[in-house]
Amino acid sequence: MPSTTRRSIANLLFRAGAYGALLAVLAPAAWLLWGVLYRAVPHWRWDVLWTDTQGTNGGLENCILGTLVLMVGVLIVAGSTGVLAGIHLAELARPRKSGKPSGSILRLAVEVLSGFPSIVLGYVAYVALVVGLGWHFGILPAVLCLSVLVVPYIAKGTETALRQVPTSYREGAVALGISTGRTLRTIVLKAALPGIATGLLLALAISGGETAPLLLTAGFSNQNPTLSLTHQPIAYLTYPVYNFYNQTSTHGVQLSYDAALLLIVLVLMLLVSARIIVARTQRHTEAGA
Amino acid sequence: MGVMPIGVPAPIPIVPGQAVRGPSPWRRSSEFMRTHEEGMWRQVARTAAFLPLAALICAIAVLAIKAWPAVRVNGMGFLTRSTWAPGSTYGSTVTTDGVAHPLGSSYGAWPLILGTAQTSVIAVVIALPISVGAAFAITERLPRLVSKVLGFTVEILAGVPSVVFGLWGILTLGPFLADHVYPHIAPLFPNVPVLSYWRTPTGHGEGLLTGGIVLAIMIIPIITATTRDLLRQVPSLPKEGAASLGMTEWEVARSVTLPWVRSGVIGATVLGLGRAIGETMAILMVTGSIIQVAPNIYSPMTTIAATIVSQLDSAQTDATGFAIATLAEAALILAVISVAVNVMARLIINRTSRLGAPLGSGA
Repeated sequence: MPSTTRRSIANLLFRAGAYGALLAVLAPAAWLLWGVLYRAVPHWRWDVLWTDTQGTNGGLENCILGTLVLMVGVLIVAGSTGVLAGIHLAELARPRKSGKPSGSILRLAVEVLSGFPSIVLGYVAYVALVVGLGWHFGILPAVLCLSVLVVPYIAKGTETALRQVPTSYREGAVALGISTGRTLRTIVLKAALPGIATGLLLALAISGGETAPLLLTAGFSNQNPTLSLTHQPIAYLTYPVYNFYNQTSTHGVQLSYDAALLLIVLVLMLLVSARIIVARTQRHTEAGA
Repeated sequence: MGVMPIGVPAPIPIVPGQAVRGPSPWRRSSEFMRTHEEGMWRQVARTAAFLPLAALICAIAVLAIKAWPAVRVNGMGFLTRSTWAPGSTYGSTVTTDGVAHPLGSSYGAWPLILGTAQTSVIAVVIALPISVGAAFAITERLPRLVSKVLGFTVEILAGVPSVVFGLWGILTLGPFLADHVYPHIAPLFPNVPVLSYWRTPTGHGEGLLTGGIVLAIMIIPIITATTRDLLRQVPSLPKEGAASLGMTEWEVARSVTLPWVRSGVIGATVLGLGRAIGETMAILMVTGSIIQVAPNIYSPMTTIAATIVSQLDSAQTDATGFAIATLAEAALILAVISVAVNVMARLIINRTSRLGAPLGSGA
């Protein structure tokens, strides 16, 4: 048994280490946010919001609109697929005869896909869709690639949200003689909606901040997005951050920081809305019921 | 006339001279929904649930098909060679094993594979102790409001796009480290094998160590959040029991809490490792993106993921398509590594959750 002095010194070191580690988590976060704000805010000009990019000049209107278009596309494609996949995993997959829960291979696929490198998906989309099918750069290959990337997060979020719906809700529905399908649509999904929405917002934050797969599927354009799904490159906010930071023109570097600032604001807005949704709707969960 | 009982539909009035109408279209469609809705949900949802698996298989298959010519020509030496020579893309084409490629092209991915391993190992070595320590501080020692604010900060850190980390890493962190940190730590290391890897020259802040540090900052939120959730699930009775036996806080943490969460933390760490292996943009911007085995820990280098982006433009100029095939081979290697790492992480996590908390196994 070590002496009491040594034990209390060890304890002190432990406390110091824990607080030090906390500082090591917070300091880079603060430094990063400060670093971007410090470089972006003093030179901020509102007209970047309604000016198109021209080379490394101009503004970011096309990039902002492009990112929003891509996010809407992801919401449609990945949103529907992911929510339905989550419903299958949580509610509808029947247990196998062996007693093992069904859908385990599907669940594993979702989990492996969630850790799949985005650049590999981007390269696959590039060789298969952009070149292979001759779609060229455009909204469709970009949206499909991003959707595969974020579907796991939506499916996982939906599954978790559905599992948290109190069993008593389903029992009540059975007692009233409501069919399974209608129970799902009008009772269970309604109760799980906040959780599902949170998963969707997270997926939107991820797809808004992706760069590597978009470099290979979306290209870049100085014009605002158009309605054509293929053969028409589209701009997005992460492009100027990566491509303008090492330009000789100060305006280019400035645009790089402006885009980084807008991305942080976008992520912040999505996360805060997710928080608000969760805070307002605690009651429909097992814990809150 | 008595009150009509609730739930019994009103009788359909029969008007002479008119055909008796069946249930309204609305009633009929709701009847249809009643009997078929569940089946429709099942069909559609099952189809959707198969899509992620299908996408995964398709992705691997496309890569394998695309990479096959490169696999045949580059051979096993692709994993060990250190050359990356596209050959003369304007000159003559030669054919090896029926695969056309530019004269003088020779590819080896060893610097990329080694670089991927180096950056992600550095990231995990830095991130693991910091994350576990921070998770302890958040769960055990702080008032609820403070830990909520901290939780949100960690969430924001996880949501910041990697390209923003790259921007900050190359223009703020890298120069700072090169000016104020590396020159001071490099002379501390003796000129013996292994440790001499840390000696001068310290470079300009674009390189292996800076890349590892930025990656560490990016995976810290993943490991911290998971460890925090695991620590919250440790029941308080064993902890209180240990404390009442006279254990200090550190002893309770070491012999009760940490063994309880150990495998979960390992799983989260492997997940973070997977993220580090696949990270592209931050590494691309911060490591200098030069295809070489880093001569020392401050030197520019690159990873598989970053190379796919940095070499794509030059690969497009190869009319034989051999460079594109070689990049597909590199992507395939990255995909196989990351699938292996992720499956391993899931197996660790699933085993923990099935066995329940291992009370006393390490105490």
